[in-house]
Amino acid sequence: MFDDFFIRALVAGIGVAFVTGPLGCFVIWRRLSYFGDTLAHSALLGVTLAFTMEFNIAISVFIISSMIALILIQLQKKTNLPGDALLGLLAHSSLAVGLVVIGFLTFIRFDIMGLLFGDILAVSVDDLLIIWIGGALILLVLKLIWKPLFASTVNYELAEAEGLNPDRAKAIFTILMAAIIAISIKMVGLLLITGMLIIPAAMARNLSSSPQSMVIYSIIGGLLSVIIGLFTSLEFNTSSGPSIITAALLLFILSLFKIKQSIKLKN
Amino acid sequence: MSTDQNILVKLNDAGLQLNNKWLVKGVSLQVEKGKIVTLIGPNGSGKSTTAKIALGIYKKIDGSVEKYTNKVGYVPQKISIDWTLPLRVNDFMMLTESLNKETIDEALSLTGVIHLKDKNLGDLSGGEFQRVLLARAISKKPDLLVLDEPVQGVDFTGEIALYELIKKISDELSCGILLISHDLHTVMSATDHVVCLNGHVCCSGSPIDVAKNNEYKALFGEQASQILSRYEHKHDHIHTDEGEIKKN
Repeated sequence: MFDDFFIRALVAGIGVAFVTGPLGCFVIWRRLSYFGDTLAHSALLGVTLAFTMEFNIAISVFIISSMIALILIQLQKKTNLPGDALLGLLAHSSLAVGLVVIGFLTFIRFDIMGLLFGDILAVSVDDLLIIWIGGALILLVLKLIWKPLFASTVNYELAEAEGLNPDRAKAIFTILMAAIIAISIKMVGLLLITGMLIIPAAMARNLSSSPQSMVIYSIIGGLLSVIIGLFTSLEFNTSSGPSIITAALLLFILSLFKIKQSIKLKN
Repeated sequence: MSTDQNILVKLNDAGLQLNNKWLVKGVSLQVEKGKIVTLIGPNGSGKSTTAKIALGIYKKIDGSVEKYTNKVGYVPQKISIDWTLPLRVNDFMMLTESLNKETIDEALSLTGVIHLKDKNLGDLSGGEFQRVLLARAISKKPDLLVLDEPVQGVDFTGEIALYELIKKISDELSCGILLISHDLHTVMSATDHVVCLNGHVCCSGSPIDVAKNNEYKALFGEQASQILSRYEHKHDHIHTDEGEIKKN
């Protein structure tokens, strides 16, 4: 059944959507969308590393993204630069270095468009295993740190005072972010991964009145985006990433008509 | 049982320095089971800082904190919640601990906001939100309650009722309470121990002792001293073991 590349892409995309749904909610709640971008851009370095050393792409992307996250935390402590400047610095310099390294690797034929925007033809059975096993692990860990992570998202001092150790939860969440980028890079491409995290969650925010319902709507939105996007991609021969994100955008626009009354009142 | 086993949190000469400025210095106090310790003092005297030191929120402090419980309920003075979160009162009640419906309903009823249970947290008024904060802190039946101006923005009758509730909780759950308040009238009648802060401990003791203290008078004025002393009264009766009242 997994012989058909389209079935493989569909199974991979569904696996990714299950994980980006809940993680995307936290990206929105904790205002981490630019942080996600930075990790995703640094993934290009991970990909080139994987090619030069003939290593698994997902694992090397995961390692490089985690390292970038660590460097970011160190820079935040040591310099006086604002967070967004540091994020921009790391995002663009790691993207640039990645592209320069690709320039040197003339002996390998690179599908740069596929890397940047996703390529459903490239999804192998091994990738499926990585997505589903890795995805299950990410969700399991997220469930374990849910309480401290959510409580500290609402209010850090309450979480700290009542003994939930929010700093540890934050560190683990950073690693989960690197992991989701690593497993979804082939599907969505590194320029659009953050879109996959944010847009379904943003759509979900318009429809929900509790954190749990937002997570569920976010997963449903992601699943619909993947399915609609991939069929469009097959039909019109467009890149898989942009097709999925465009589908997500359409769902978001539809959700604007259903925004909860309470939000409207406040604005 | 020695009294030591009743200690929930103990500050030993604790202080906090930020940007070479002492926020508070040399505070020693302890909160025991069933006792209410109240911090008073002018604005900027380090009351909230002291509470946060006791809670372990600040890591790099002077002196030391010994905390003997992890069952803590906290009502902060200021709370900035990001209203982009879809959060109902009910979700907020379960923020740091999973509670069953009865427990949540009971706590919300006690503070008089059960009708707001399904409302969005961002839609509450200041006083309503304060009641929800208090309900959340008491619902987990903590050993230690830290209440930083818990009735701010609450209407006058509600204020008295909530202070009575706090006193009742301290008795029933036999939990220790560290209370910060500006309201000398209401608080002093229920407090076991008062710590008067002004960047350092200016004086401490029972409400009566503090009221008589000259430093306290200098800080709050003669009038405040009279407020405190008003609670000094002679008991004209005793309660027998059978619960009867006997005149002296």
